[in-house]
Amino acid sequence: MAHAYTPGLKVTEKAVIRKTRRLPILGEVLVEKGQKVSPSTVVARTSIPGNPQTVNIANILGVEAEDVVEYMQKKEGDYVHQGEILAQYSSFFGLFKREARSPVEGTIEMISKVTGQVTLREPPIPVEVDAYIEGVVEEVLPKEGVVVVTEGAFIQGIFGVGGETNGVVRVAVESPSDVLEASHIKSDDADKVLVGGSLVTADAIKKAGEVGARGIVVGGIVDHDLIEYLGFDIGVAITGHEDVPVTVIITEGFGQMRMADRTFSLLQKISGLKACINGATQIRAGVMRPEIIVPGYQTSSSGAADEDLAQGLVVGTAIRIIREPYFGLLAEVVELPPELQVIESESKVRILKAKLEDGTIVTVPRANVEIIEA
Amino acid sequence: MQEEKTAFTPDTEINTVLATDCGSTTTKAILIEKVEDEYRLIVRGEAPTTVEAPFEDVTMGARNAIREIEELTGRRFLSDTGVITPRQPDGSGADIFMSTSSAGGGLQMMVAGVVKTMTAESAARAALGAGAIVMDVISVDDGRKPHEKIQRIRHLRPDMILLSGGIDGGTITHVVEIAELISAAEPKPRLGIGYKLPIIYAGNKHARKHIEEILSEKTDLRVVDNLRPVLEREVLGPAREAIHNLFMEHVMAQAPGYNKLMSWTAVPIMPTPGAVGNCMQTAAKEYDMSVIGVDIGGATTDVFSVFGDFFNRTVSANLGMSYSICNVLLEAGMANISRWIPFSIDEADLRNRIRNKMIRPTTIPQTLDDLILEQGIAREALRLAFVHHKSLAVGLRGVHKERTIGDTFEQSGSGDTYIDMADLGMLIGSGGTLSHAPRRAQAAMMLLDAFQPEAETMLAVDSIFMMPQLGILASVHPKAAMQVFDRDCLVKLGTSIAPIGPSGNLQFGEPCVTVTIDLNGETIEESVPYGSMKVIKIPENVTVDAVIHPTRQFDVGKGHGRVVESKVNGGVVGVVIDCRGRPLALPDDPTLRSQKLLEWFIAMDMYPADLLKKYADKGI
Repeated sequence: MAHAYTPGLKVTEKAVIRKTRRLPILGEVLVEKGQKVSPSTVVARTSIPGNPQTVNIANILGVEAEDVVEYMQKKEGDYVHQGEILAQYSSFFGLFKREARSPVEGTIEMISKVTGQVTLREPPIPVEVDAYIEGVVEEVLPKEGVVVVTEGAFIQGIFGVGGETNGVVRVAVESPSDVLEASHIKSDDADKVLVGGSLVTADAIKKAGEVGARGIVVGGIVDHDLIEYLGFDIGVAITGHEDVPVTVIITEGFGQMRMADRTFSLLQKISGLKACINGATQIRAGVMRPEIIVPGYQTSSSGAADEDLAQGLVVGTAIRIIREPYFGLLAEVVELPPELQVIESESKVRILKAKLEDGTIVTVPRANVEIIEA
Repeated sequence: MQEEKTAFTPDTEINTVLATDCGSTTTKAILIEKVEDEYRLIVRGEAPTTVEAPFEDVTMGARNAIREIEELTGRRFLSDTGVITPRQPDGSGADIFMSTSSAGGGLQMMVAGVVKTMTAESAARAALGAGAIVMDVISVDDGRKPHEKIQRIRHLRPDMILLSGGIDGGTITHVVEIAELISAAEPKPRLGIGYKLPIIYAGNKHARKHIEEILSEKTDLRVVDNLRPVLEREVLGPAREAIHNLFMEHVMAQAPGYNKLMSWTAVPIMPTPGAVGNCMQTAAKEYDMSVIGVDIGGATTDVFSVFGDFFNRTVSANLGMSYSICNVLLEAGMANISRWIPFSIDEADLRNRIRNKMIRPTTIPQTLDDLILEQGIAREALRLAFVHHKSLAVGLRGVHKERTIGDTFEQSGSGDTYIDMADLGMLIGSGGTLSHAPRRAQAAMMLLDAFQPEAETMLAVDSIFMMPQLGILASVHPKAAMQVFDRDCLVKLGTSIAPIGPSGNLQFGEPCVTVTIDLNGETIEESVPYGSMKVIKIPENVTVDAVIHPTRQFDVGKGHGRVVESKVNGGVVGVVIDCRGRPLALPDDPTLRSQKLLEWFIAMDMYPADLLKKYADKGI
């Protein structure tokens, strides 16, 4: 049987991280296996066919579609400039003239005798893929891209907006309970990744954008503030392509939520180092969570915490409860009864008993907890 | 060893069936066997789907699910190279193995036609019926400029495009224009970098030559019969068949491990929703009644309807209970969700809760408050999905219809929905929210509130979601599929009796209907006033004679005030008399609404009565 709990997000000082960097269509790979790359190294390049434009010559000239070819001044394959005459019609010894001009610069791809349309293709659009993280090319995928590998610190968030970027980490608050406010953000925070505690305010996000910060990592965000920042509401959990100045990654959830100590303390350790971050989130098969990667981070600890996480839930495991009525509270597992039990909603589920920070013992479905630290 | 599958012919005797459904998260296997003269579900097994990294081989998940069946039965079904078929003298193996799949995002299509409400709509119906998610519908008159359409085609990366347009012998210009747009966009398929995008042309046959000239080099073009050869007729079969073939050849063949899985199966793998549609159609035929089915998932809600010769499926791609739950909030609005909740809740709190469910979709409601909230959201997701369905489940538009003077007053011309809730025989609910509701009465109430069935309707839920496997089985052995469907798949909740009306102004509490039932010689008579509900406990698989006598402002199928004598079916909930009005009347006043909700919850025995007391004490 699969684990009856949410496995939790990866927060580790030492991980081997692989990133596949792939072109949208076939192209040219620009790096070799074993080559060192930085986040901005272009690893593959291609050009996608330029934007097509259609011009209905028959309509413009007022002629039959099948006769369009007669009036064309250009033929298929010709290169035309914006405003250049494509087709011309004149009658009464040139007294009445009509002409169709090219709306763009490009090549004539097709002249249709059926619709009287001309398809123009604008110049090809170059597409480049960068390495995103600092590392070594582990594998070349011929004509498609590469796999870049690195070792370092790795933190997953629960939800994010905004795409790939990088910057030096600065922890802007004192503790994981603190709210990241506009006053915490300084004028020299340009290009930085700022770390807050339990919440980020709408003003703080705004100010981060104004000073040119690259990212914000924080425990929680209020639903309304997120909508205000994006300018639209998110209906479906698929993000990463928003056109926003600052990538925002939340580590715990919506509402004010104290950041897990383990996450906050690792973010403190990597303060001053360059992190590569991505807010892209996709919650369905092939779950994708937002991430913070610090390539090359050297840890002094042994990584035992990760082994403990791999054990799953045992008595003593520190957990966070992720659903009402104890949403967001931290606790420690005190009992794991194997048999199914009926909870208040009358669902029959596997439960656990946990001790909250104030000492109260509560019963919670195992599906409603996640492991947060060893 | 019997590793290789044997050829399946219609004459093959089938006593043991093994079937899997490879869903996006879970692969479910079922074992069906002939027990005496009946086909029955024997056991089921499930395992996580293994299409994604690090496994990237769908057969691993299928093997794991089948292994559970092996453990439960103590018999062997797997060999080193696949499923053992046919069944062997030593008891190992199955007579036939088959599979459905929606893993890896299912089948994603784009359709195009000339006129939005005619050929483009027919193309959308063909694609949806074949089990696809329709990403966009492009037509000449869709209001977008040519460059916007081209950008859209470029941006989406569908698995295939279905292009239709024009009746045979009609104008060819418009369909060629759409083909030119597709050609200009140079669309790429979602899977298989470097492959050509499959395009099915099912339009005016006189335009084929031009379509081939424009598209055959750039795309993988297939030409089939026109799906709208004349305005008055829709012929979707050839297009649907081509979609299924391309699904196998292109989509499945690109997905990790599917080539291996295909080599195990005796019949082609079907897209999961296509198989469910097949199951619904077979059920409608078998029961000889109109059927509506709904499957509410985490990301999407599928609605199927079979009314006479009409079959339709729609996918509301962004109405679901986890991945797209925030979209339900967005589309329904806060007021529509809160009208199902008998207590007050801070809007900001509710919004954060819904968002947290989205980002942690595997959590379950622990408290009654949370359960009621989640079921309130589900009602709205179901309601919106049904509204969407009705807008597509329409007669052919653009058909000239002769009208008499009498028709002038009726205004039910072509293009209207053919869904008639008073004619609906069975309403089937499926998906975790409905199938796993802690009490069956909750599922019954969600169906009643969202769909508002009228007069008499059988309510049911799919117990363990095996309709996909039964749908594909129905394509080779309908009898076996229907026996299992009736006995092991459906949980019959009971008949609902919902009078249509009132026809004028009426206050809650005034008389609505009297139902007299004869149960084993005992006469049960219930008079239920307008605005109330009542359940008569009649067990599952028991059919009783009933006399339904509505007051003159209500109609139970034969006209206002007309008595209906019929047979009604019991179920795990019972016979539900729903006198809340059709259309359903919810009081506008929050306090009164809360009182009525609690009254209905208690009448239906939906939630623990002692816990409901707290809402009554607190008020809204």
